[in-house]
Amino acid sequence: MTDQDAADRRVSAGTRATVLGVAVLVVAVLVGVLVGPVRIGAANVLRWLVSFGDAPQGMSEQQALILADLRLPRVVVAGLVGASLAASGAAYQAVFRNPLADPYLLGAAAGAGLGATIAVAYGPSDATELTVPVSAFVGALVGVGLAYGLGRSTLGGRSTASLVLAGVAVASFLTAVQTFLQQQRSETLRQVYTWILGRLGTTGWDDVRLALPSVVLALGTMWAVRRLLDVIEVGDVEARSLGLHVARLRLVVVIAASLATAAAVAVAGLIGFVGLIIPHTVRLMVGGSYRSVLPLSMLFGASFLILVDTLARTVVAPAEIPIGVITAFVGAPFFIAVLRRNRRAA
Amino acid sequence: MGKRLSIVVALVLAPSLAACGSNGGSDDPPAGNVASPPSERSSFPVTVEGTSGQVTIDDRPERIVSLSPTATEDLFAIGAGEQVIAVDDQSNFPPEAPATELSGFEPNVEAIAGFEPDLVVFATDPGDLGSSLEGLGITALQLDAAPTLEVAYEQIEQLGLATGHADEARALVDDMRSEIEGLVNAADPAPGTSFYYELDDTLYSVTSETFIGQLFEMLGLENIADEVGTGSGGYPQLSAEYILASDPDLIFLADTKCCGQSLETVSRRPGWHELSAVTGGDVVPLNDDVASRWGPRIVDLLGRIAKAADSAEANAA
Repeated sequence: MTDQDAADRRVSAGTRATVLGVAVLVVAVLVGVLVGPVRIGAANVLRWLVSFGDAPQGMSEQQALILADLRLPRVVVAGLVGASLAASGAAYQAVFRNPLADPYLLGAAAGAGLGATIAVAYGPSDATELTVPVSAFVGALVGVGLAYGLGRSTLGGRSTASLVLAGVAVASFLTAVQTFLQQQRSETLRQVYTWILGRLGTTGWDDVRLALPSVVLALGTMWAVRRLLDVIEVGDVEARSLGLHVARLRLVVVIAASLATAAAVAVAGLIGFVGLIIPHTVRLMVGGSYRSVLPLSMLFGASFLILVDTLARTVVAPAEIPIGVITAFVGAPFFIAVLRRNRRAA
Repeated sequence: MGKRLSIVVALVLAPSLAACGSNGGSDDPPAGNVASPPSERSSFPVTVEGTSGQVTIDDRPERIVSLSPTATEDLFAIGAGEQVIAVDDQSNFPPEAPATELSGFEPNVEAIAGFEPDLVVFATDPGDLGSSLEGLGITALQLDAAPTLEVAYEQIEQLGLATGHADEARALVDDMRSEIEGLVNAADPAPGTSFYYELDDTLYSVTSETFIGQLFEMLGLENIADEVGTGSGGYPQLSAEYILASDPDLIFLADTKCCGQSLETVSRRPGWHELSAVTGGDVVPLNDDVASRWGPRIVDLLGRIAKAADSAEANAA
């Protein structure tokens, strides 16, 4: 087999995976819109969809309201959050050359948690639907900023290890502050806790408006540099010898991934597992090149979270299960199944 | 000096006496009889029934620390307020309760002991609070969240026994019973009048299994959260879609203090402006504190719920 053959095969595998990814996303969106705790006839929902929100005959005003104001924004937000977390995870894994890196590696989760806690405990109590996400967003960025600054200056390293260590230290510190504040205001405990477990249950178009600009900017940036991630993953020295400004690229990627993560955390709380499992699953399907891994992570991440959220609101309907619980519960066995299948195929 | 000595003796003896009491020897007088002598002061020692077993109290307690907001309300309502020297940071009623920084969620045994209490009343034991206090010779009485009204009454009566106010406690319980009975008898909601009870702004609710849920059930109101069935532990997080589709006649907000919710904030939620409870003004703000406790003020709470149910009917008519 020549190199050219191998390259062709990789490309076609990537193309096939992309087609599959798009198809899965379309199916996931349809499932997400069709299935919910309130039963609305599938034919009516489809007619409603293709007429862009005109309620067809036989659909009550209330059903149209549920679709337009609750179900659709929730599917959109789940898609944005899933794509953000999966792409950020893939990008972090590349620039830190660490397969265990996830979007919360550099203190984004701890920063967001602290931000949300401050908003709940000290912010105006009648506007938490706005103050909590905004404050969590800022907190996530501050957390990553601190970790990055500390890792670069104090620990003096240009190595990825010092950044990761700084992330661990910053996360512990911010979590300690959060716990202290929660103790001071123990009446806020439950509100912060339910927020941490994920809050797609009350999602509306406001959340889409809040997250969309950051997500588009961040995912666009990661998409633009996806080829360079292949180079940086090889090693700093090698990448430099190829004329790449490693530190600058790493900073750009960290900023983009953190922006996406912060937006995701702000509207959805902490959802584990997606940033780890989706990129690795994609790698098992199409190989390690970030040209494919990054866009496919976005597609499959979006589909995965839309489907998981559909489970979250239907399994125990009319009650809800926190989405973070299901991502791990469904994600872990799924990932093991993919690993096993891959080993058998190899 | 003599007094001090007797405290020391009491501290040393209390654990062993408590141990005797919990053995439940046949010559222990039954708790009910202990309070019957006319002079309450002479009724000590008494054995009372706490959540985690029997507790013997040797002398009328004069330095009570309450780590439970409900117990604080109970103690003041039965006239034992003067014996209370410290309450936890969540005990905000009645206003004259001696508030401190003590925490009932994260109790600090040393800080509690610093008040030199002769009785500590608490609701939740996060670890070994009871045994730690007993180890210091401090009598500790646990009165955990009441699952039913009957248990709430029982706790008030036990606190009466424990503090030397058994008669007042019994009178309070009788009052509560008759007032609640009156409210329940007067309540006549239209069949199928439904409600949604909100615990927080992420749509956590309660089923009729819970203490608060039972109050609504007594009034004949239909709880939309009961659709969830058992297995949710009584506190399910409801789907926003389901609430919209159920379109409850009444919405009770028990998150006015924790989360600043009101008719105005809920009407801003996606789709909620169409709910008939919102358009009809049947969104009822409740005091989170009263709604999450099982003390004497549940009578007021029940009255408020009953009144709201009446006016909802008037709106519907």
